[in-house]
Amino acid sequence: MPRTIPVIENIMNANDQLAAANRALLDTRAVFGVNILASPGAGKTSLILRTIESLSKDVRMAVVEGDTAPVTIDADKINALGVPAVQINTGGQCHLDAVMLQAALPRLNLDALDCLIVENVGNLICTADFQLGTHINVLIASVPEGDDKPYKYPAIYRGVQALIINKIDLLPYVPFDMAYFQRGVGALNPGLVTFPLSCRTSEGLENWTTWLSEQALRNRPG
Amino acid sequence: MHELSITESILEIALRHAEQAGAAQVTDIHLVIGQLATIVDDSVQFYWDMISQKTPAEHARLHFRRIPAELECQTCGQRYGLADTDLACPNCTSLSFHILTGEEFYMEAIDVEDQAAL
Repeated sequence: MPRTIPVIENIMNANDQLAAANRALLDTRAVFGVNILASPGAGKTSLILRTIESLSKDVRMAVVEGDTAPVTIDADKINALGVPAVQINTGGQCHLDAVMLQAALPRLNLDALDCLIVENVGNLICTADFQLGTHINVLIASVPEGDDKPYKYPAIYRGVQALIINKIDLLPYVPFDMAYFQRGVGALNPGLVTFPLSCRTSEGLENWTTWLSEQALRNRPG
Repeated sequence: MHELSITESILEIALRHAEQAGAAQVTDIHLVIGQLATIVDDSVQFYWDMISQKTPAEHARLHFRRIPAELECQTCGQRYGLADTDLACPNCTSLSFHILTGEEFYMEAIDVEDQAAL
């Protein structure tokens, strides 16, 4: 006889539970986890490199690089700055998930770290659904992408704890209505801490690195 | 593209509940998807047909119950749905809202058979 079994289970449950386990591991080692989200070309790697240049004297950092293809271009640049980088090849998948980060964590000496930066795959849709277990999600929007992105990709704007507006040096050359952009952001994520900056000219960069450093070192023992 | 991972989760949840209930075969899976959840039904169905092969859930029918988004304006109290990307209140144009429904994404039930089809 056919029968119906009530389920009522969130489809993202399995990922969310693994993310919680990743978070617990980072917490026991006092490592602050940062998940960097953006579309391709918004400046994820540039921001990470500039952040390392600015902070690596004071904050012990490592980077997990999510890439859809087995190219080590980004990881090589990070290693060149003397910071450990672990590459996750997603095999074409459009996002990192908690399982992939869980597999990457044993490849790092967490006891020697204050801050772990995860560079997610460049994507504004799929990455929004998969928590990794980091302490914050940071979204990079960039001026040339256009000012309508909060309206088109509301889910990712709602799920982040900090927003970077990169490439502000291009504002004089690109039609980007900052008020319109921020109106959308304000609707989706009221009070979101926002850092307009340029990785190229360094304008505004220090506001971000100071804030991140405070977040990362807040829990350092001793 | 993230529908592949999501479809794998759907299979795992359905098989686990079927096994707990001692069922031999899953015939139907009832999913609830809010308008704001970025899930494409057709894409889930496409992956489902591939990954459910040779499992007790092979040939199970997927049913998608869509929940429309409903927002409540925090300025004037108006409740409104979403027709496009405009999130503003149609009554007072405020952008201060609370999401009442539309973010759901869960499995509400499965239909099972106690004996596998011959």
